[in-house]
Amino acid sequence: MTDAIVAKGLKVHFQTAAGLVRAVDGVDLTVAQGAFHGIVGESGCGKTTLARALIGLQSATEGQVQILGRDRSDWARSDRKGFARAVQFIFQDPLGSMSRRQTVGQTLEEPLQIHSVGDAKARRARVAELLDLVALPATVLDRLPRSLSGGQRQRVSIARALALSPQVLICDEPLSALDVSVRAQIVNLFARLQAQLGLTIVIVAHDLAIVREVCSAVTVMYLGRVAEEGVAKALFADPAHPYSQALLSAVPSPDPRIEATRPRILLAGDPPSPRNPPPGCRFSTRCPVVEPRCRETEPALRAVQHGGAAACHLADANIHAMI
Amino acid sequence: MSRHSQNGPIYEVEGLVIDLYTPTVSVRAVDGAGFYVAPGETLAIVGESGSGKTVMTLGPLGLLPEGVAVDLRGTARADGKDILSMSPTDLSRLRGGFFGVIFQDPMSALNPMLKIGPQLAEQARRFAGLSAEEAKKEAVSLLARSGIPDPEDRYDRYPHELSGGMLQRAMIALALAARPRVLIADEPTTALDATVQAQILALIRQIQKEDGIAVILITHDIGAVSVLADRVAVLYAGQVAEEGSAIDVLTAPVHPYTRGLLASVPDFRSNNATGTKEIPGIPPNQAQLEPGCRFADRCELVQPQCRTHRPPLVKVGAGPVPHRVACPVVMAAEGIVTHD
Ligand SMILES: Nc1ncnc2c1ncn2[C@@H]1O[C@H](COP(=O)(O)OP(=O)(O)OP(=O)(O)O)[C@@H](O)[C@H]1O
Ligand SMILES: Nc1ncnc2c1ncn2[C@@H]1O[C@H](COP(=O)(O)OP(=O)(O)OP(=O)(O)O)[C@@H](O)[C@H]1O
Ligand code: SF4
Ligand SMILES: [Mg+2]
Ligand SMILES: [Mg+2]
Repeated sequence: MTDAIVAKGLKVHFQTAAGLVRAVDGVDLTVAQGAFHGIVGESGCGKTTLARALIGLQSATEGQVQILGRDRSDWARSDRKGFARAVQFIFQDPLGSMSRRQTVGQTLEEPLQIHSVGDAKARRARVAELLDLVALPATVLDRLPRSLSGGQRQRVSIARALALSPQVLICDEPLSALDVSVRAQIVNLFARLQAQLGLTIVIVAHDLAIVREVCSAVTVMYLGRVAEEGVAKALFADPAHPYSQALLSAVPSPDPRIEATRPRILLAGDPPSPRNPPPGCRFSTRCPVVEPRCRETEPALRAVQHGGAAACHLADANIHAMI
Repeated sequence: MSRHSQNGPIYEVEGLVIDLYTPTVSVRAVDGAGFYVAPGETLAIVGESGSGKTVMTLGPLGLLPEGVAVDLRGTARADGKDILSMSPTDLSRLRGGFFGVIFQDPMSALNPMLKIGPQLAEQARRFAGLSAEEAKKEAVSLLARSGIPDPEDRYDRYPHELSGGMLQRAMIALALAARPRVLIADEPTTALDATVQAQILALIRQIQKEDGIAVILITHDIGAVSVLADRVAVLYAGQVAEEGSAIDVLTAPVHPYTRGLLASVPDFRSNNATGTKEIPGIPPNQAQLEPGCRFADRCELVQPQCRTHRPPLVKVGAGPVPHRVACPVVMAAEGIVTHD
């Protein structure tokens, strides 16, 4: 089986007045075909930039990306339409991906028109089917995106991305504007599409409970790099990287009685600026178990107990730190 | 109405009805709903997307969606004053100083053409009455207080140069710049990772303690509710289905919708893979509402009278914080008596 996405040595640096921002700074990522791959990590650690760079919405400073076995930039250049059909992106901000003047119906029909899918009647039927898929009533068809609630808008953008039945779907925070019940509907929809159509999904998400529940694989990022990766359930059961441990510990319990008494790891300090990442381990400025060597040498990803890999000097296949 | 708090409510809405008219459809966004919040207290408003959480909370302040005609009825009081009959100038002053709002869509509140810092400083200068120099200091300290690293540098950045999470923190700083007495936070943490979310919730709580402000938290995130809320109101299709203390509503929910909602929250730490349960069906079409219980079409307990009579919100249990539920069917089935 070929991998759906393989990124090697990906870097995205932004030149700003204040200096070079290393938003993504050397990421290797492999997403298996048919995987439901979660990307999690601190706000600002480069998840959106990485997701955009994977599909070419953001040009990479360095590195290559292969999608479905083909070099992404070659593919996108030589067969723009074919690429757009196969690979779809859902934005963090749903309004940003829709025209303010188009109704929901037009928004959903547009990709079908551009790719000359069916006749007008078939397209209308497909639009109705898409609305059903994302559990929106037909009455939204005549409305403008701005007049919908946040969650309704997000579902429109999901429906639009699914219109052409893509093979790879990359979504940046598609769930955060949704309420939990609709979130469950959408996640179950993704899981169904994945099982039935072999769709590969990469999802940037902050809802770790959902990631644990539905993702097959997960990548934890910190400050532009991969801190840890592995099979979602295994990694979440026994995270090896101190940052992952702190991240998971911060997930609140839905029961206020448990939440009031639950021990928590609180991270001290702020994340460093990606303009000037610390030498050595990127987490060393906040790591509760930091050692002198952490501030000098950057730890490489190495195999750890849960079967995945982590970038921490104190972690290997036999043991890891517990904070 | 009995209040559990010593001090009366600082923001209180009753019998609110909001109709929205667009050229193509009219929607009853809020249908006879109400809520209250006291100083120092956090009220969480939860409910299905489109159930009216944002419109119900911000509508009485005149913060309604643009480009639609609005018909708004009911009562709304801030600090005991009727705000629905206020002049536009008084209302806008109240909005700027008395209420601080963290909007659901960060980009809608920040001007993309202006640097972050000066926008904060302007807000602080205008509503907290600071001099230009004090306002700049205040802006930097607000950025720092909101957990933004490198605040001096961020002061001079444009909104698009910040990550989603940082923008959200800038929004919080903006909402606090006027030193409000009621903070309305519409989905303040959904764009944030768990560690930053924990920081933001701790920040809101700390500010609440220091300044004794009332907080209204509108969210889908039951975890955030569990961390922050004293009371919870559950909204369904523009009506309050259930309200009560956070512990009552989250650990002993009564209304079938609340139960369905909580069942679809995966518990990160539970070891049995529950899967993600969904409530089957979709919410009613708010352009064509039928009489009766709004949840009837999706409810497992539905009875014929549910489709004809709107269930009243009645008090269940005798706890100090009123716990109210709008479902006589579940009460009858489980022998729950009213304490009204
Ligand atoms: N166009 C840009 N110019 C300069 N800096 C940028 C630009 N886009 C992103 N950045 C910076 O790159 C870093 C990574 O941003 P990115 O949006 O990828 O983070 P993220 O992980 O998606 O965060 P969030 O979870 O908050 O959405 C941040 O420090 C951000 O400020
Ligand atoms: N500009 C508008 N024009 C017409 N209808 C609108 C407009 N804004 C909101 N509505 C409708 O009003 C109802 C309530 O919307 P509101 O934004 O309050 O929902 P919400 O509970 O905050 O949802 P979400 O959780 O998705 O933010 C929805 O049915 C929505 O479609
Ligand atoms: S390498 Fe050192 S600083 Fe980095 S996470 Fe491991 S222990 Fe902490
Ligand atoms: Mg992002
Ligand atoms: Mg809303």
